[in-house]
Amino acid sequence: MLPLLRKLWLLIRRERFQRDLSEEIAFHRREVEERFQDEGMSANAAGYAAIRQLGNEARVKERSYEVVGFQFETALQDFRYALRQLRKNPAFALVAILVLTLGTSASIAIFAFVDAALIRPLPYSNPTRLVDVAENHALTSRSNLSRLDFLDWQRLNTVFSSMDAYTGSGYLLRNNSGTEVVHGARVTSGFFNTLGVFPTLGRSFYPGEDSIKAQPVVMLGYRTWQKRFGGKSDVIGQTVSLSDVAYTIIGVLPRDFEFAPQGQAEFWTPLQPSPGCEARRSCHNLYGVARLRDGVSFQTAWAELKVIAADLEKQYPDSNRGQGAALQPLSELVVGEIRPILLMLLTAALVLLLIASVNVASLLLVRSETRKREMAVRGALGASRARLIRQFVTEALVLVIGQALFGLATAYVSMQLLTKLIPPDKALRMPYLEGAGLNLHVLIFAASIVLLNAILFSITPLIRLPLNELRDGLSEAGRGSAGTVWRRLGSNLVIVELTLAMMLLVGAGLLGKSLYRLLHVDLGFEPDHLATLRVAGPDAEYRKPEQAAELGRAVVNRISALPGVQSVAITTILPVTFNGNTVWLKFLDRPFNGEHNEVNQRIVSSGYFTTLQAQLLRGRYFSDAEDAGKPKIVLINEAMARKYFPGEDPIGKKFEYQSFDSGTAREVIGVIRDVKDAQLDSENWPTIYLPFDQDPDPHFSLVVRTLQSEESIFPALTAAVHEINPAIATRDEATMNGRINDSQSAYLHRSSAVLVGGFAGLALLLGVVGLYGVIAYSVSQRTREIGVRMALGAERASVYRLILNEAGKLTVMGIAAGVVFSLIATSLIGKLLFAVRSWDVATLLSVTAILGGAALVASFLPARRAASVNPVEALRTE
Amino acid sequence: MANKPDLLPGTLDMLILKTLTRAPLHGYGIAQAIKQLSDEVLTVEEGSLYPALQRLLLQGWVKAEWKMTETNRRARFYTLTSAGRRQLGIELSEFEQMIAAISRVLQNA
Repeated sequence: MLPLLRKLWLLIRRERFQRDLSEEIAFHRREVEERFQDEGMSANAAGYAAIRQLGNEARVKERSYEVVGFQFETALQDFRYALRQLRKNPAFALVAILVLTLGTSASIAIFAFVDAALIRPLPYSNPTRLVDVAENHALTSRSNLSRLDFLDWQRLNTVFSSMDAYTGSGYLLRNNSGTEVVHGARVTSGFFNTLGVFPTLGRSFYPGEDSIKAQPVVMLGYRTWQKRFGGKSDVIGQTVSLSDVAYTIIGVLPRDFEFAPQGQAEFWTPLQPSPGCEARRSCHNLYGVARLRDGVSFQTAWAELKVIAADLEKQYPDSNRGQGAALQPLSELVVGEIRPILLMLLTAALVLLLIASVNVASLLLVRSETRKREMAVRGALGASRARLIRQFVTEALVLVIGQALFGLATAYVSMQLLTKLIPPDKALRMPYLEGAGLNLHVLIFAASIVLLNAILFSITPLIRLPLNELRDGLSEAGRGSAGTVWRRLGSNLVIVELTLAMMLLVGAGLLGKSLYRLLHVDLGFEPDHLATLRVAGPDAEYRKPEQAAELGRAVVNRISALPGVQSVAITTILPVTFNGNTVWLKFLDRPFNGEHNEVNQRIVSSGYFTTLQAQLLRGRYFSDAEDAGKPKIVLINEAMARKYFPGEDPIGKKFEYQSFDSGTAREVIGVIRDVKDAQLDSENWPTIYLPFDQDPDPHFSLVVRTLQSEESIFPALTAAVHEINPAIATRDEATMNGRINDSQSAYLHRSSAVLVGGFAGLALLLGVVGLYGVIAYSVSQRTREIGVRMALGAERASVYRLILNEAGKLTVMGIAAGVVFSLIATSLIGKLLFAVRSWDVATLLSVTAILGGAALVASFLPARRAASVNPVEALRTE
Repeated sequence: MANKPDLLPGTLDMLILKTLTRAPLHGYGIAQAIKQLSDEVLTVEEGSLYPALQRLLLQGWVKAEWKMTETNRRARFYTLTSAGRRQLGIELSEFEQMIAAISRVLQNA
């Protein structure tokens, strides 16, 4: 029989083995005892002598087990013992695992999003070779390409193996419930090949299908195929009517396909050039995506594009003046904005985890203090040092296993919650976040956290327990004053906790203040009681300007007659959306050198500014009478007056458009205080407002000022529009305040402020509880000392002072270190702040006050206990 | 007792096997035999004896059975197996080689 088999056999018959061994040793002892008696000892003396000679019986047995036993058996014993220890002290186990779960689950959940957004590659073939291609100019570092520029860049470059372009579009889709506006994207024919994406059904676009003569074809997004076409494979070859044009469905995109810049697109069509904008070099409406040729570096590619852009500028000075080339990795376009936020959140979560770990480590330290005696007894009974160390390691492992299980479960739930909290339109813009889950990366991350904690928690109690002085533990009988090691280490740990908590609190304070400033930014209008709605009249019925103007008038008339409506107006682009949709101006009263005087252009009805309650600074508003038959007029904003008419009265000044519609002079009749056109954290660009009646458009937005709640008006608004013509599509019902709150910048600021705020709140709690623990423990250890002091005449006030002094020192050191580290940490998040400096004094002061106040409360409780010590009792407990 | 030399490391197994060549013995008997045969020079620590016996059992060099002693007590007697006899031969020859080597060094150095 092999030794291993014998071992297994003995494992099954372990009880028998133990019985045999015990009996054998008992027999041995009796024989020795008898021999001693034969030699003349008394029965009693012989018994003791035999026991002495045999030595430590438990040790003999243990060493015998070790020979026949398996390693894991003793590990199992330790494990059971560890569980028993934790069960004996459920409060400790509960607090430790709860505290750890907080930090762990926060870290894991945030890491899952970091992994989804920043670590996993984009779902294209060889995604690191893909670049985002755009133009830039004086106002912005990334702006649209014009189609003619795109074609030249595509033709002239030698650095890309392929280059394509895309732009968003919207279609009117007629279905049973009426007309719906659906999002689409128009892409050049090689777009999907450049990305390396292949349809799950049917085919991609053929080269040339993006030319003007090609038959209209469309590819469906996977979800669109499922939702609107029942996921049937016979859709290929069918036609779908988009804005009254019949498109043949040729393919379905794969399920995992995502393209964040056009995240909302359901229908993908070839970019057949439109006769207006896309025939003009000065009209910029596309973005490019390209794949770097093998061996070509990003820098080389960018340098070449700059040269091409410069050549085009020389060749077409009118349209291309100041138009440069902007290149960035495609991943930068997709996650560039969210990267610093995610990294900050991950750091905050890890800091919280660190506080939690330090908290548990100091709990373990206290526990090892109280277990000194137990360890001494175990040592005296024959436990080897290695076995004692292993006991601590096992207990640490039990803790971290609890941490891992609860942490992962809570992280999973929080991830589901966080994902659900992302509004649907934001989710479409960040499609990569959908992939956040407990995948391999996340599990490895969780495992490393747990491993580090296991090491920390095994080492901490050992520091406190110098194993060679075990005997001291026995003789001291667990009485001793608070050990110096504890004092030094335990209190330093609490300083670390307070420092870290302070950092998170300062971060949360700054982000909160940013959010507040952002939401209270000067909008230039009154957002309360404003309802907004987008309206799209079918081109077939409203293509002619008179028809569009008539539609606008009809909508305004009908809605202003609705009960509860105070006023209503039309604009092509709502406030707090974006800067862009610009035109270039040529001022008639000054020399023109071909420079691009670029301004936002919005077309609005006469009641627009009064409905918004914007402020007229000079001049006058449009009147209803100023229609297509009258001279063309404009209102401008303050930014425009400041930039183009410094020190002048802009009223009466005239300009033409530089590139199209030139020859039509427009006269400035008034100046409006800046209305926030773009995101809340953006600057105001110069903007001109044209009368809707002079430049009508059948696609517009309504702004409705209501007397009561603006939410309740939407059904009436939609009904009123459909009474005019049921074929008109309406969408994006939203209150102005809702739009502002949900706007990208507000959303990102709020998400980070809320999450970091939550982490900071927990950190404050943990830090203060840690301080309380340290002071309370110190008081319990010093009861005797305090008793002596009071017996010698110390007053209660001086006892209070003694304890509060100790707590105060720790708090002051924690806060002081916190201020220093906060300043370092917050200087790194400067870019995420809005209108707040990272060294904001008010925030630092209020955080100091909060932390100091909480610390005072936490130390007052133990101080009161210390002061109420009865000296007689304290001394009697000896 | 304090002056008695420790067993040479690694020799305990060999000594146990050797004492068992004559007759089966219980643990106490083995300890006594080694003590007597060495003229009280060598003592076997009980703390080492029983783990060593488990090791020999595991290797299959001895087997154990419960029998009655002359004084009518139940004791566990260990018997040498044929594998144990072979093992003893190996260990003895290794030991002799080592002793011979050591004495050569001691005589010639």
